[in-house]
Amino acid sequence: MFLMSLLDELYKEIILRHYKSPRNYGPLETANLQVVGDNPSCGDQVELLIQTEGERIVDLRFRGQGCAISQASASLMTDLVKGKTWAEALELERKFKDMILEGAPPAPELGELAALSGVHKLAARVKCATLAWNALEQAARQAGVVLAEA
Amino acid sequence: MGYPECMAIVTPHVIRQDFPLLKRHPELVYLNSAATSQKPEVVIEVVSRYYRELNASVHRGAYTLSVQASEAYERARRTLARFIGADEHEIIFVRNTTEALNLVAYAWGLHNLGPDDEILLTEMEHHANLVPWHLVCERTGAKIKAIPLGPDGRLELEALDSLLSERVKLVSVMHVSNVLGTVNPVAQIAQAARAMGALVVVDGAQSAPHMPIDVRALGADFYAFSGHKMLGPTGIGVLWGRYEVLETLAPFLGGGGMIREVFVDRSTYALPPQRFEAGTPAVAEAVGLAKAVEYLQNLGMDKVWQHERELVAYALGRLDEELPEVRTFGPRGLDRGGVIPFVLGSIHAHDVATALDQHGIAVRAGHHCAQPLHRKLGVPATVRASFYVYTTAEDVDRFIEALKKVRDFFRDWL
Repeated sequence: MFLMSLLDELYKEIILRHYKSPRNYGPLETANLQVVGDNPSCGDQVELLIQTEGERIVDLRFRGQGCAISQASASLMTDLVKGKTWAEALELERKFKDMILEGAPPAPELGELAALSGVHKLAARVKCATLAWNALEQAARQAGVVLAEA
Repeated sequence: MGYPECMAIVTPHVIRQDFPLLKRHPELVYLNSAATSQKPEVVIEVVSRYYRELNASVHRGAYTLSVQASEAYERARRTLARFIGADEHEIIFVRNTTEALNLVAYAWGLHNLGPDDEILLTEMEHHANLVPWHLVCERTGAKIKAIPLGPDGRLELEALDSLLSERVKLVSVMHVSNVLGTVNPVAQIAQAARAMGALVVVDGAQSAPHMPIDVRALGADFYAFSGHKMLGPTGIGVLWGRYEVLETLAPFLGGGGMIREVFVDRSTYALPPQRFEAGTPAVAEAVGLAKAVEYLQNLGMDKVWQHERELVAYALGRLDEELPEVRTFGPRGLDRGGVIPFVLGSIHAHDVATALDQHGIAVRAGHHCAQPLHRKLGVPATVRASFYVYTTAEDVDRFIEALKKVRDFFRDWL
């Protein structure tokens, strides 16, 4: 039953719930930043609409299309980084990518995003999980935030 | 539902024994041959033997080995010519269908199109038969029009009369859809196009591997296909062109092998097909592709086609009957190759494909390099199962049973 358990691990209920009923989805009139992240090879897309005040992300919403992993990751990410400063948001991105790319145990600050930790075992889906986060990083560059060396 | 007759036409269980990868992975149900096929032992062996026994520079050396390597390369060209009913001087070895279509776009399109001209494509084309023309249009000002795709997965040929005018200088269509499996009536399209004076290009990437091809009967000017989709190596494909058209084409890539005479500041060019084969060609790959062709000819291309037709009918029948949550696309009829695109409820294609992979079923998910087609279908992505000579009815059964488990897994979210 190892095989089905990997599916269970990947498609936890919380992932499917965020996929079917995404949080922070739709237009944002007050946005002063807008970026589109996409994975051209599969057609998945996440558009981020971000309202900042100084160093802080005071509001953000997303629109997009794609698989459960990419859309649930976007939904969970928007919930988590709303209200954070750029520095805090990018630190969360680093912890998320450590979990997805390196297989690090989920950092407590990631909260419900820990549900995506199983993606690390499926190389083909890593780019789905990181799509929204790459878009966030792109938005940070656009906002003139100096990014730490990778 | 009983097994289809195909088991008596082509014997995939026996054929599977010729494929080292399939023997090595007996549990694998490989349903992605439309993307790339597996390779039989004889092809792997002939490529390996070329390097062990024959490797030399072709058309260059005066020594015996070079002559033998050149002969092997030219013998491969003749084998490919016979395979599609062409003359050997009309066979240009390229990397793949994509390069073949780019060759026509660059060597003909850039030199013969202007702002008042039109290129006629279809809404079901693969990106390889769209993007090269976009590049040509950006530089020449020519415009693109497209034959619409109907709701049944077939081209709406009623539109052909109004789309074809004397402004249309080139018509480029795929023979068989890589997504829908639709067999387009290219002979009919070619006849109408040539009557208007347009050149006709046929993307044969999904037809050459699966059905008998006679380029003269198709009535086209160009026919392009890839080796790796028809049991051959990667990095080798063919552009066939009508010789009198090839003669009028400018060179594509410049370099050694494609010239007659070179001066410091200018050169003159070789006759076709050498004019279009600059640099050291993919000799081992060409020899491997010729072996793949011989393997297919031994099976009989008419039988290969019939086998896939029957497998697809069997699979569609079971899907219709047993999986109402699955929506398939593509025509129902004899004009349908061994490709089944589908969606499962509202679950995204990638999630379905990942779940199928966990059951040992290898399928492709996404837009299959056909975004305009998917826009027309109204879905961002589909899962695609595709069949070939080594696909068995049991493979189809295992695919259906796995798909049922996937449906059950996502039941609350369909």
